[in-house]
Amino acid sequence: MKAFARLLDQLAFTPSRNAKLTLLRDYLGHAPDPERGWALASLTGALTFDAAKPAFIRKAAEARLDPLLFSLSYDFVGDLAETVALVWPARPGANREPELPEVVDALRTASRREVPQLLERWLDALDSNGRWALLKLLTGGLRVGVSARLAKQALAQMGDVPVADIEEVWHAQTPPYGDLFAWLEKRSARPGSDAPARFRPVMLAQAIDEATDFVRYAAADYAAEWKWDGIRVQAANEQGQRRLYSRTGEDIAAAFPDVLEALEFEGVIDGELLIFNDGHAAPFGDLQQRLNRKGADAKLMAKFPAGIRAYDLLMDGEEDLRALPFAQRRQRLEVFIARLTSSRIDLSPLQPFTSWEELARLRADPPEGDPRIAEGLMLKRWDSLYEAGRPKGPWFKWKRDPHLVDAVLMYAQRGHGKRSGFYSDYTFGVWREDANGDRSLTPVGKAYFGFTDEELKRLDKFVRDNTVDRFGPVRSVRADKDFGLVLEIAFEGLQRSSRHKSGVAMRFPRVHRIRWDKPAREADELPSLEKLLD
Amino acid sequence: MGPLMSSFRQLLRNTPEGLYCPPGDFYVDPVRPVDRAVITHGHSDHARGGHGSVLATPETLAIMAARYGQDFAGATEAAPYGKAIARGGVNVTMVPAGHVLGSAQAVLRWKDITIVVSGDYKRRRDPTCPLFEPVPCHVFVSEATFGLPVFRFPDAADEVAKLLKSVALFPERTHLVGAYALGKAQRIICLLRDAGYDKTLYMHGALASMNALYEQHGVALGPTAPATDAARNALPGEIVIAPPSAIADKWARRFADPIPAFASGWMTVRARARQRHVELPLVISDHADWDELTETITELKPEELWITHGSEDALLRWSELNGITAHALEIIGYEDEDE
Repeated sequence: MKAFARLLDQLAFTPSRNAKLTLLRDYLGHAPDPERGWALASLTGALTFDAAKPAFIRKAAEARLDPLLFSLSYDFVGDLAETVALVWPARPGANREPELPEVVDALRTASRREVPQLLERWLDALDSNGRWALLKLLTGGLRVGVSARLAKQALAQMGDVPVADIEEVWHAQTPPYGDLFAWLEKRSARPGSDAPARFRPVMLAQAIDEATDFVRYAAADYAAEWKWDGIRVQAANEQGQRRLYSRTGEDIAAAFPDVLEALEFEGVIDGELLIFNDGHAAPFGDLQQRLNRKGADAKLMAKFPAGIRAYDLLMDGEEDLRALPFAQRRQRLEVFIARLTSSRIDLSPLQPFTSWEELARLRADPPEGDPRIAEGLMLKRWDSLYEAGRPKGPWFKWKRDPHLVDAVLMYAQRGHGKRSGFYSDYTFGVWREDANGDRSLTPVGKAYFGFTDEELKRLDKFVRDNTVDRFGPVRSVRADKDFGLVLEIAFEGLQRSSRHKSGVAMRFPRVHRIRWDKPAREADELPSLEKLLD
Repeated sequence: MGPLMSSFRQLLRNTPEGLYCPPGDFYVDPVRPVDRAVITHGHSDHARGGHGSVLATPETLAIMAARYGQDFAGATEAAPYGKAIARGGVNVTMVPAGHVLGSAQAVLRWKDITIVVSGDYKRRRDPTCPLFEPVPCHVFVSEATFGLPVFRFPDAADEVAKLLKSVALFPERTHLVGAYALGKAQRIICLLRDAGYDKTLYMHGALASMNALYEQHGVALGPTAPATDAARNALPGEIVIAPPSAIADKWARRFADPIPAFASGWMTVRARARQRHVELPLVISDHADWDELTETITELKPEELWITHGSEDALLRWSELNGITAHALEIIGYEDEDE
């Protein structure tokens, strides 16, 4: 457990991608099987436990330490797992320190009743770093900045093979990945690389640089289509095997049996997973009701029917189209989709245009219908092959500009993690007029980022200097017509919400600018915000 | 407060200037200039310039002279460890505190009362100064810089091993270790030497005078060189030691893709390390951790515990649970150097 804990600890502190790769490579090259396989699985999210709830962990700690001392400690540290890891009283010589494979084995077979005892025994035997890693593992939140992509890159470097080679076999492998390591260490051949319905590494788009790219590239070389506001999926049906992958190769079919049923074809398509209402795309918020679930019941599926808007064809029957230019793949896709009978799979239409200027106008003012709720535009070179990764040039995304609103800071809460100790979570509101014509602020959202460390320090000071009330960890900040701090908030979309007092909920709100100069009374009003409802 | 408390207060009491001893007419570690001061150790929050007279260990006097100039006080008197010195009717003895070079507990004896003002202290072995000596007393005046159960420091040798492992893993980068100029920097150097690291260690200019002073007092630091005349992208694979404020500063940009490290007890808490943009936190402290604080109090069993500064809430609660009378003095002005 020590080496794994040490790896997690270092990854958490290391911002640089290259340095993370070095740490991963070093660990994977030195740790024994099957430990490194389980470590890899937990880092990439292939292995998660929710064996222990925070409340239980807290209770276990308070049985060992005076609750007041515990709460003083928790206030200082700001993270439950870390607090427990630090305050857990040492019991030298109590037990042998558990190894990661033992922990994994035990958790996979233990009953709910046995977990508490196991946990206490392990905590007694580990040092504080080991306890931290264990608690992070048990609560399913490693959060050390390692994406599946990064882990695969480390594997690629370790075995000196292209990362796409790893991605192609990745899905057919299961933890603790003995065959994969044997291949990377040249002890055996590449495992299962021709498994049917395997994940094909996805081609991604670069964000366009409006200042330089339009000069460099000719409009006639590109096709444009709308950037749909769902999630990227790869849908495969090969030799009777059906799969629905996220863009990182995670199989999400369990949550979408309705989509899986609609894959009445032989091949692999690339497209956007959306909720469809009578053939029209619904806002992202609807799709969210279906994401991150282990399954879906009939009622949920009826209310939020899911489908795929296809934009590329990777396999047509047994024919691999990835080495064909986009123009040819597109023709094949149109034919392929036209043959399908299910209404759950449709074609993402191309948006004709003749110049970048014309496209810019379309982006600013999309035509009636689904494009109105698109996230922006996608540009694909007609001659682009389907390449894994994010090559520069063949594909671009050109996102819509975010909505902006001037709101007033109303409440602040201390952050966690890097920001513990700082008031970094801000609830903001806009003006609303009641029947008597009185204006008051109504909260419309919460933002945690978008500011620099320097700005955070100033915001934190503002909150402390202008606190008018406290409710537990929340501070109410002075905000009235004569005084208040205006935050310019950027967000991607707005939906009706019954859970919010104001009746609206923002998608992806962040602080765009801090308007130290703007009087609070000049912030926006609720009706002007409501005009932006999706 | 009972009668005992008031008799203790005849010997030592809290004033705006700091702890004052009426029968001896002197202050211990005063936070403002006074006529007569007893100084426990050389960190700037405890040892200020401008006092009329200063009583301290010879090492502490040397440190103050190096920091503030030879005329840092009107008069000085050196009190070597263990030598009782009379001040009015009060016997003052300096006893090792194990914090930094020259650091001492001021043991005050008057009539039948003994009060120990421990200053800052730790209980671990430190190659740069003698080990803390427990002195039985009626009142133990303790710091509580790390007075929370979250602070349980690992073995310093393990932390240094972490640093050396990182140096081996990233040979193309400079490791930039933030360490307080007085005490921590020299301890890190000695710990690295103990771990078998015999290469040249590179120093920020602000460390030169303290390093020289430590060497004059018999603490061997091995080969060192200034880091400051280095060219751009200099010193790949080397270890540079600098005051904590320098590691995230423009000064650090001259080195080869530096990895900022920081040796401090605060590095126990991950968020603290991240706030300072530290990528390699080294939990090495010259203060007592929670176990050292509570074990020291348990060992000494003083009639009263007075807490000068730090996280007193938790230590007060612990004292309550363990049947020890404790008071927080809430002295303003003591804090970690360079924090």
